[in-house]
Amino acid sequence: MNTRSLKGWLYLIPAIAFLGVFVVYPLFDVFIYSFEEGYNSASQTYFGVGTYNYSYVLRDPYFIQALKNTFILVIITVPLSTLLALAISVALSSIKKLQELYQTIYFLPYVTNTLAVGLVFMILFQKTPYSDGFVNQIIMAFGGNAVDFIDGPYWAKMTVMCIYTIWVVLPFKILILTSALASVNPDYYKAARVDGTSSWRIFYRITLPMISPMIFYLIITGFIGAFKAYGDVVGIFGTNLNAAGMNTIVGYVYDMLYGNSGGYPSYASAAALILFVIVLTITCINLLVQRRSVQTS
Amino acid sequence: MSDVALDQEQGRSFARGQKIRKVLTYVFLTIWALVVLFPFYWMVLTSIKTYSSYNGEYVPQLVATDPTLQNYTDAFTAVPLARYFTNTVIFTVITTALMLMVIVLAAFAFSRLDFAGKDLLFTVFLSLMMIPNELVIITNFVTITDLGLRNTFTGLILPSVTSVFYIYLLKENFDQIPDELYKAAKVDGTSDFKYLMRVMIPICKPTIITVLLLKVIECWNSYVWPRLITDNQLYFLVSNGIQEIRENGFGRENIPAMMAAVVVISIPLIVLFIIFRKKIMEGVSRGGTKG
Repeated sequence: MNTRSLKGWLYLIPAIAFLGVFVVYPLFDVFIYSFEEGYNSASQTYFGVGTYNYSYVLRDPYFIQALKNTFILVIITVPLSTLLALAISVALSSIKKLQELYQTIYFLPYVTNTLAVGLVFMILFQKTPYSDGFVNQIIMAFGGNAVDFIDGPYWAKMTVMCIYTIWVVLPFKILILTSALASVNPDYYKAARVDGTSSWRIFYRITLPMISPMIFYLIITGFIGAFKAYGDVVGIFGTNLNAAGMNTIVGYVYDMLYGNSGGYPSYASAAALILFVIVLTITCINLLVQRRSVQTS
Repeated sequence: MSDVALDQEQGRSFARGQKIRKVLTYVFLTIWALVVLFPFYWMVLTSIKTYSSYNGEYVPQLVATDPTLQNYTDAFTAVPLARYFTNTVIFTVITTALMLMVIVLAAFAFSRLDFAGKDLLFTVFLSLMMIPNELVIITNFVTITDLGLRNTFTGLILPSVTSVFYIYLLKENFDQIPDELYKAAKVDGTSDFKYLMRVMIPICKPTIITVLLLKVIECWNSYVWPRLITDNQLYFLVSNGIQEIRENGFGRENIPAMMAAVVVISIPLIVLFIIFRKKIMEGVSRGGTKG
């Protein structure tokens, strides 16, 4: 190897070392862990090799609960947050005055610590013996009954989780969609207006097709992000998610690894790989749908 | 009614429709702005209510009748909030500085140096971007534990030092610098490293600052890794610190003091955002996730 070649590799040594130890090696290792049966982290021994870890995880009621919670969260928050972001972005780009101010405000949740603000959502929704809480006051003002959103029925807890998730993910979506809307060539709108096209038709026939690649991008990243939900949920329900019945797949992985129920890297690895396969499948389906709908339109 | 009058009438009703629509747009935008801001208002408001008045309000009040800063004193004295805060600053500064060194060197090699296997290596790097953190964190946890680095800054920092995406972002930026500059520098006998420090880094400063800001935000909010790798309060960061405060904090359910801690934790990033608003938003739209 000549000196020039050597120099190139020399500059890359730190990056290769870090990536090798903390990304490439773990990637192979996680497969190995997931097939080692009865692994004991204290003695670092295992009984045999097989798929027992996977079948254990898939039969574990906590995992099933986590799977169910995650899917509900994904199915509710991804479409809702994308639609809401679209509505807000369209409204935002139709105004001139105060546009920057609104944009700045909408971005704020992105730069906040989700665990810290999760606590604020908890006290807003919480119902204690001393107070029904702020949200319940509003519900009662409209003639409803107070519900304990934090320790109460499943649907109530799921509602808070979805609302908080949407609140957290919207800034990114609004940002992407407003810049997509701003990049649509204004000549199209002018031409359409001269032809007397109604504004709904303009939106449906011009705006939407023009920004559809960005919407698809948001749907894909939205799915991936929602499947990995964890920090926001801890922010609201605390670290003992299994007890609250609100665990997510990622939460299950970490609980298997560490904490009161931890010490099982093999189960954690199997669960993480199951999550990876789910996310990969959904992303592939999304890409197929996108290709088809782009071709037909 | 003449045709002209009819046209005017139509024009007026059209203008009125536009106006109503505009008002509705602003109402909609303002409602959402309130939804976004309300939790921030609530946390500041609760943090200045006294313990007794907060717990005495069966119906939560929208203003504080007797504002106090006592909760802030409690947040810093009753729980090690200052410790969590300092730890996070140390963690953020060292991680970001190390990362900048690693990615600048790597991006420079990929952009300007010729060496055997460069294209293949770059492809491998890019493919690593698709590996989710959840897959590798399990082994990293075991590695750091086996090395005896639990509850140390080294253990906290090491796995967060590299980011393939930022290497890619910076390499793209380096590529835009005309090659003539590099050749001219070579003729003058400037060393590669000197050229990198004196020419490339100053030219690409905007991108480097963007990367830096995004990394600082990421570090400040990181929760999973610190939670896995520390169980000694001396090494908690703000995210697992606030969980600790929530679960074992002020001895009793002292919500106002908890909210004071939340305000203290939130302020640095909000200040950073107010100063670098344009850069952060531009950076996030180029390469942010969390959505």
